[in-house]
Amino acid sequence: MENREQMNIVIVGHVDHGKSTVIGRLLADTDSLPEGKLEAVKEYCKKNSRPFEYAFLLDALKDEQAQGITIDTARCFFKTGKRDYIIIDAPGHIEFLKNMVTGASRAEAALLVIDAKEGIRENSKRHGHIVSMLGIKQVVVLVNKMDLVDFDSDVFNSIKSEFTEFLTKINIKPLNFIPISAFNGDNIAAASENTLWYEGPTVLAQLDGFANKKENRELPFRMPVQDIYKFTEENDDRRIVAGTVLSGNVKAGDEVVFLPSQKKSIISSIESFNTAPAETAYADQAVGFTLKTQIYIKPGELMVRTNEPLPVLSSRFRVNIFWVGHVPLIKNRNYKLKIGTMRISVKLVEILNIIDAAELNIDTFKDQVERHDVAECILETAKPIAFDAISDLELTGRFVMVDNYEISGGGIILEGVSDSENSLVEHIRDREFLWEKSLISPAEREENYGHKSKFVIITTGSEDNEKTIQAVAKNLENKLFKMNYKAYYLGVSSLLNGLASEGATDSGSRENQIKQIGELARIFTDAGQIFITSVFNLDDYEAEKLKLLNQPNEIIVVNIGESPFNSFKPEENISGGSPVDETVESVCRLLQQQEIILDYYI
Amino acid sequence: MNHLDKLEAQSVYILREAYREFKNICMLWSIGKDSTVLLWLARKAFFGHVPIPLVHIDTHYKIPEMIQYRDDLALKWKLTMVYGENTQALAEKRTFPDGKADRITCCQNLKSEALKNTLSGEWNRYVMNHSTGKYIQDTNREKYTGVIVGVRADEEGSRSKERYFSPRDKENDWDVGDQPPEFWNQFKTDFAPGTHIRIHPLLDWTELNIWEYIERENIPITSLYFDRGDGKRYRSLGCYPCTTPVDSTSKNVSDIIEELKSGKFANIAERSGRAQDKDDGGGLETLRRGGYM
Repeated sequence: MENREQMNIVIVGHVDHGKSTVIGRLLADTDSLPEGKLEAVKEYCKKNSRPFEYAFLLDALKDEQAQGITIDTARCFFKTGKRDYIIIDAPGHIEFLKNMVTGASRAEAALLVIDAKEGIRENSKRHGHIVSMLGIKQVVVLVNKMDLVDFDSDVFNSIKSEFTEFLTKINIKPLNFIPISAFNGDNIAAASENTLWYEGPTVLAQLDGFANKKENRELPFRMPVQDIYKFTEENDDRRIVAGTVLSGNVKAGDEVVFLPSQKKSIISSIESFNTAPAETAYADQAVGFTLKTQIYIKPGELMVRTNEPLPVLSSRFRVNIFWVGHVPLIKNRNYKLKIGTMRISVKLVEILNIIDAAELNIDTFKDQVERHDVAECILETAKPIAFDAISDLELTGRFVMVDNYEISGGGIILEGVSDSENSLVEHIRDREFLWEKSLISPAEREENYGHKSKFVIITTGSEDNEKTIQAVAKNLENKLFKMNYKAYYLGVSSLLNGLASEGATDSGSRENQIKQIGELARIFTDAGQIFITSVFNLDDYEAEKLKLLNQPNEIIVVNIGESPFNSFKPEENISGGSPVDETVESVCRLLQQQEIILDYYI
Repeated sequence: MNHLDKLEAQSVYILREAYREFKNICMLWSIGKDSTVLLWLARKAFFGHVPIPLVHIDTHYKIPEMIQYRDDLALKWKLTMVYGENTQALAEKRTFPDGKADRITCCQNLKSEALKNTLSGEWNRYVMNHSTGKYIQDTNREKYTGVIVGVRADEEGSRSKERYFSPRDKENDWDVGDQPPEFWNQFKTDFAPGTHIRIHPLLDWTELNIWEYIERENIPITSLYFDRGDGKRYRSLGCYPCTTPVDSTSKNVSDIIEELKSGKFANIAERSGRAQDKDDGGGLETLRRGGYM
């Protein structure tokens, strides 16, 4: 089969500087218009008594034609002798910045259009900044509408020097500047008679000169785990870790580690459907692996090789972000961060500076990041996450933020920041400082109730025991209650439509539930109760978090069957197959050994 | 990786994202080549399994071979096969072939309305019983909040503006002017109650890519696409009163690929045989805002 190269190009620039005309002209000059389309547009122009324009080809939607501006990224297909192109028309109007980002993020190269007569405008710069953050390295500037300035080389050269200076500041090295008139076709497909002073390539020649994106096979192996599949139909017993490899390569037999859980295993096989079995998986492939050992990992973890440079593991990091949300980004509110396949609760901790993308002025006085701002900030996630600094590996160093169901911002991670003093520790210190002490001391309560208070968590790492831990927790409550102890069981799901749904934007998130359970534990243990809950697949960070949240009171973690922990040591491990009664007995014995309940055997 | 490998990998990624994020998800299967490629890609994504129900809207004007082909594959690939229909409009003969509706209204009745109410679970759904091969009423009436659809950006203008994950509001409306941003393979997977998301894994594919992939993977495709001796074949499949075959002697997949690359269809829009697109200037756009796929 013939195998032609393909390339995505984005065309950006200020509104009305002629992006759509450039594309229309490219399509026409490369004979890439489907017959039906051109006729339809001409017919439309005739019906509406408007002169035909190339830009109309792209304005396929009725309301766009009414407004006369491109509101969304349209994709057009055309081909040259060298390769097939998908050209993405990004809107130039500020209102549609998020659409411009959408279009530009798919591109391997960018054409930035500037109107020769109007010169450099706000979005010429803003778009430049976003192209830089998106990591597009191949940038060419088209100085359009040269016919309106009589093809004057001075006008061209002055725009060229002014804009080059700006681009240099934001780490873009433009490959070229081309003087064009898209409407008349100057320097689009053929060199123009009107710009004999210009010796560089035409737009088409420039496009063909772009280099295709290198496949990232030589970089360290990184694969965000998208899901873990176990489809049992037709006796399929494979447990498959699925995802798309972002960079590097991995073979059967390689040792891998999953982050942040830090669980290790060895690749047993590379799985696929309707292909020959593969020995190696490479960057950009959507693949699946089976592992030599059954470890419980979660979607969202980053799979890497143990014999290659490891990513950073941190919950605090310095970032550059751009914000496209309708509501500003503010401090100490919960947002959802999506990085790779990880979704996690995140807060804005500090704004280091806000860069007005248009002017590149630095405004340090704002205390929120407003729509269309670009800012340097510190973010903090609820748990440590795995990432690479953007300068090391850009594919695993970029993220988006979700506010109220909408992707509202995107950013790149500059570096991890020490998280010894994270906001949870700060929160607990503040909480304890403000805690109103009762007239009754804990010792008095103990004496009165006949037992100490304790937060008891039952967990497991095995799906087979998911129901068991709930039964054990409830039966433990029942048994202690029958013996006149003050015990109370609370299921995590009971919080879903209650406390945990209050206020928070990520109310359904596991992090939020863990936080609520921990806060409640603090209250119940203060009240002298034995507070019991069961949490499936509790991980190291969550266990530590619950421990912290329950401070100054104490916690007991009991694991049943396969442990979900990597380094956290539960107080007790009970084998998975035991009947619920026996397990409850074991927990009671543990409580007695720890002198929480005193007269268990009486 | 060649361009088909890349397209395949991206579609698989999107399908896996959709399956992970949506509890009530389905995939629309029109029986045409595009949604059949989509179905094949699901088998790729889920290692031979199709853990997502397939939904077909039966207008009762589909070419009969299409329905036969649908049921054959459903049995063979063990698909959870569901269909829905506009029983009332059919009973009252509010259709174009019955002369009681124009083409656009007929599409709205038999496709858009039927689809909307089948997805929401308000109208009956029928699911295939694999032991008998017959359809029975589906007891699952839950609303599908994620709907996977095989539209391609190159089909016509309005589709080129779509997102991979494209929200529809409570009225099924598509707000073209305010779509979610989509970058670095992060999609809109959070949605407000009452709304749903359309998922478009084939957005980047062209008609030619579809045929190249069918050839490479040897995907079984209905023979309506091929010239079976009368010098005619369907280029795009729909209801028989509104879909006319094109003159072509392509008898197999490689003939079609050749015809698309250099033959007489190289510059003719694929949907030129679909009459409802022509009834008003932007017929498909009008239909799509109302929920047409």
